[in-house]
Amino acid sequence: MNIEIILFAVLALVAATSSVMMITRKNAVISAVFLVLNFFALAGLYLLLNAQFIAVVQVIVYAGAIMVLFLFVLMLLNTEAEHQLFIDKRGIKFFAIFIAAFVFIEIAFLIFKSNPSKNLSPDQAASINSGTIQTIGQQLYTNYLIPFEVSGFLLLAATIGALVLAKKKFE
Amino acid sequence: MSIWEVIIISLIKILLIVVLMLLTVAYLVYFERKISAWIQNRKGPNRVGWHGLLQPFADVFKLLLKEDIVPEKANKALHTLAPFIALFVAFATYAVIPIGPTIELFGYKINLVVADVNIGVLYVLALTSLGVYGITFAGWSSGSKYSLLGGVRSSAQMISYEVSMGFSIAGVLLLSQSLSPTKIVEAQYGWMWNAILQPIGFITFVVSAFAETNRLPFDLPEAEPELVGGYHTEYSSFKFAGFFLAEYANMIIASMMITTLYLGGYQIPYIDKLGLNQTLTVLLQVGAFLFKTAFMLFFFMWVRWSIPRFRYDQLMNLGWKVMFPLSLLNIVWVAVLIMVFRL
Repeated sequence: MNIEIILFAVLALVAATSSVMMITRKNAVISAVFLVLNFFALAGLYLLLNAQFIAVVQVIVYAGAIMVLFLFVLMLLNTEAEHQLFIDKRGIKFFAIFIAAFVFIEIAFLIFKSNPSKNLSPDQAASINSGTIQTIGQQLYTNYLIPFEVSGFLLLAATIGALVLAKKKFE
Repeated sequence: MSIWEVIIISLIKILLIVVLMLLTVAYLVYFERKISAWIQNRKGPNRVGWHGLLQPFADVFKLLLKEDIVPEKANKALHTLAPFIALFVAFATYAVIPIGPTIELFGYKINLVVADVNIGVLYVLALTSLGVYGITFAGWSSGSKYSLLGGVRSSAQMISYEVSMGFSIAGVLLLSQSLSPTKIVEAQYGWMWNAILQPIGFITFVVSAFAETNRLPFDLPEAEPELVGGYHTEYSSFKFAGFFLAEYANMIIASMMITTLYLGGYQIPYIDKLGLNQTLTVLLQVGAFLFKTAFMLFFFMWVRWSIPRFRYDQLMNLGWKVMFPLSLLNIVWVAVLIMVFRL
């Protein structure tokens, strides 16, 4: 058995288990811990696909920045009240199950219908190259310059918006 | 080289690094106490062994023999996990730091770095951004107000200073045109050290490194007068030792990163022009790397015992209103260097 298959099995198992653990925990902070673990396993899977830049960015952005902010909020808020909401109202529970089943069927349909490996090139060297930061940087600043700048501009606008919302009185 | 040879060589390197790190950390604590004594005109530890040289071992045994207490209201699993996260992050970072050039030993070509990955700098950034978790979990899981406040403070502080740290590194990357630490070191040939070429970036990086390692003057997460012990108030025995170890290991990491990114790494200016033989050159270069790192470690301690702690709002103002704009300015400066001088 080659090493890639072993790694894939381990990482996939961790990813699947941690995501199930995440949605079944009662304590929101513990859920967040499992979500971080899940991000890690995903980053490992990206590495196996030769997408090293995405793997590292996955850890830096999701695990390192976004989840820290989530935890920040979760630790300071008392999440007991939200917990009560789902126990009391049975209607919400059934609605949630319905939505979950619908999304599950949708995703399963898409996975079995599409053929994601049809675009893969058999050339391994090209596939390793396309995951490097050099290639991604070159593509971003040439072929995808306008979308890249537009998304940068949007993020700037969002930052300013967040500042305005956070500061109640703007002197 | 076959895959097994690669794995065995890597394991030997990892073992060497871990053993060396543990010893270095033990003696760093000793030197910290000696230097603080010297700065405060005291004698420092001088009872255990010659000039107190066995003090670190006494300290370690004292910590390990203490009772391990988990508070009743603590979340037991996370409380145990937190110090291990801190340690994991601190030790995993060493993998990408080159302590010397490639050498030939018993017919093998060996890089003096555990893993020479081409995104090494990003790897370090990813791991340091995870360092927050050890402290945050410790703070939350202890079920104590002091711990929680310490944990929240530290995550705010580390997130804020990560921004200026990232932007300072961007300046280095622009000049070296690579994310691999080995290539960054090679790009600083001669006197082209990044500390000399981009002094502003050097300063912002060093200040951010102090904040990231939670060292004085930025040790607010564990400010004794207000937060008892901060996030590790409720820790004792081995788990406390874990945090202690992680703090010093992080300090070594920060010093090594500063050396690699800004002080030319293992390079000695124009050593290849002197016509020394290869073995001597490599030994001198490894020595140079260790010397630069040791100097930065001394600098860390020197600052700790010289500058008082910042107030929390001062810390945030410094981070966002001074360090962040300065690191942006540094990028502009590097751009000018590249455009005008074609570096």
